[in-house]
Amino acid sequence: MRRRPDYLAHVILLFGVLIFIFPIWLMFAGATQDAGAINRGDISLLPRLSHLGVFMRALTYNGGVKGGVPVWHMLLISLAMALAIAAGKIVISLLSAFAVSFFRFPFRQVAFWIIFITLMLPVEVRIIPTYSVMASLHLVNSFTGLTMPLIASATATLLFRQVFVAVPDELVEAAKMDGAGPMRFLVDILIPVTSANLAALFVILFVYGWNQYLWPLLVATDPRYQTVILGIVQMIGVDQLIQWNMVMATTCLAILPPVLVVVLMQRWFVKGLAETDK
Amino acid sequence: MAVLELHGLRKEFAGQTILHGLDLRLDDGEMLVIVGASGCGKSTLLRLIAGLELPSGGQIMLDGAQITERDPAARDIAMVFQNYALYPHMSVFQNMAYGLKLRHQSKEEINRRVTEAAELLGITPLLARKPRELSGGQRQRVAMGRAIVREPKLFLFDEPLSNLDARLRVQMRGEIRRLQQRLGITSLYVTHDQVEAMTMADRLIVMHQGVAAQIATPMEVFARPANIYVAGFIGAPSMNFCTGRLVGAGDEAALGFGAQVRLPGRFISASGNVTIGVRPEHLMLDPAGSPMTIDLIEPLGSECLVHGKLADDTAITMRLPGDRPAHDHLTISLPPSHLHVFDTESGVRLEAIS
Ligand SMILES: Nc1ncnc2c1ncn2[C@@H]1O[C@H](COP(=O)(O)OP(=O)(O)OP(=O)(O)O)[C@@H](O)[C@H]1O
Ligand SMILES: [Mg+2]
Repeated sequence: MRRRPDYLAHVILLFGVLIFIFPIWLMFAGATQDAGAINRGDISLLPRLSHLGVFMRALTYNGGVKGGVPVWHMLLISLAMALAIAAGKIVISLLSAFAVSFFRFPFRQVAFWIIFITLMLPVEVRIIPTYSVMASLHLVNSFTGLTMPLIASATATLLFRQVFVAVPDELVEAAKMDGAGPMRFLVDILIPVTSANLAALFVILFVYGWNQYLWPLLVATDPRYQTVILGIVQMIGVDQLIQWNMVMATTCLAILPPVLVVVLMQRWFVKGLAETDK
Repeated sequence: MAVLELHGLRKEFAGQTILHGLDLRLDDGEMLVIVGASGCGKSTLLRLIAGLELPSGGQIMLDGAQITERDPAARDIAMVFQNYALYPHMSVFQNMAYGLKLRHQSKEEINRRVTEAAELLGITPLLARKPRELSGGQRQRVAMGRAIVREPKLFLFDEPLSNLDARLRVQMRGEIRRLQQRLGITSLYVTHDQVEAMTMADRLIVMHQGVAAQIATPMEVFARPANIYVAGFIGAPSMNFCTGRLVGAGDEAALGFGAQVRLPGRFISASGNVTIGVRPEHLMLDPAGSPMTIDLIEPLGSECLVHGKLADDTAITMRLPGDRPAHDHLTISLPPSHLHVFDTESGVRLEAIS
């Protein structure tokens, strides 16, 4: 049954897309203008193609502060942090969800609820005690200090638990009869079977890690651990004339990795989702 | 090749007894079919034997070895699940090879066994496919293949055909039976399809509320059901039952609807109350018989099922040739040689004393 295209829906969709794309376009166009022009407020929506070199220059721009690290370094720190957080969270929550979903052990419910309660305590809420713990462990201004407190969280555990509960019991039992121990089952069956969900979660967690602001602001005071998000804020906070074109170019660079991750992984997890449907 | 013995096997879930001490012996190469109503503990029994649950009491012996608490993987038992439980991300080949791989078989051995099994099941062209690219019947075969390649001592089947359409079910049922006989592997097969049970079984267990109501060959179960439950469960449409009392020397019964029937011999019952069973195909039209009012006629083509009531409201079903009976009112009689006699109080079958 073919239906004729719904023009109204398409118009509304297009309108929505325009609303979302506009700030990004503005950023891109702005990056190619003169710093002065933006400060005066006459920003053109037409990018000046001759000024595309600004993106290369932005990579080595140090934020206009003395002793600042170049943007490429900030990007690397952000990337490492986001990857570590996403990977760390997935490993930890995969294992804990595996434990509470497939094993019967004493205080299983208690364990589950304790994990659940941590949902109500994100880093922002427990930031002072967390900072003091990190300080006493001498982890301030270290990569561990930057990532570890953000890794510990229950969101992913809960999501995985929901995914695991939906795995048919018979699949678990078939694996048991085939002679798969718990870890074999996890690696050979469970992870491949839930890979679509893993990919989706990875995307969410990567973006979450990439966008962290408050915690890095506190714990990464040394420029060597400065993330690109902090870097951008710092660029706006300088006393001299703000280099708006540099700020916008850096912002453009800063949204590239999450966009790439979404685009690359999306293909993969949509394929995965189609596969699980039988 | 193996002998399975169960001794007083019991299972409780949260204080509720699901299996009440089951004793059973499966001979080498035998196909034993378990039938019973939903929830009577059929799957539970299989899962205990497979090691997926631990029994609350009793013992399981395979070839004389105690396996009651042994790990499922170490039992040398393969199971075919109702929804096949194929690994969705693995190809047919990998699905079949997985158990062998975990048992550290050599590559050549795995290849040989999988190829052979695939040949046997006619799924060789499918080896590279994923389960989602298979039809229900093909998945069923792969699930069988996964069990066969293990070369286990015992096969367990839990309603393996119930997700297939009727035609395929008939075909697969023959295939499974042939295969099982050819491989000579001792098998336990759960179904609630009567025809499947009758046609596939060497012996049949009729389960009722966690007890084996009867264990015998299918023909024996059909011809001489051990109690009222089995009599009513096996055979479609179900056997008719009328209550009555033994009279005379115990070779006649006065039935509730007013008739007095001759019995196939002399019977003794403690209370004198008996339940007479007769299959729908054995009821006879008889001008001198008891009147039956018809309330539903189901034509089946060459014959029809007539549902109705006797004088005392006993429901009765009769199988007649042709597409409908000639009259609205039938008069029927019960042929002595086809009557089953049960004790009303205990439900147990009574045998004629010679
Ligand atoms: N893990 C369990 N916990 C509690 N009760 C259970 C459990 N497994 C089964 N039961 C109960 O045991 C009884 C028998 O279940 P079982 O699955 O063996 O029935 P079945 O004969 O296989 O029925 P069906 O024909 O519907 O598959 C049911 O009443 C069920 O509720
Ligand atoms: Mg069952």
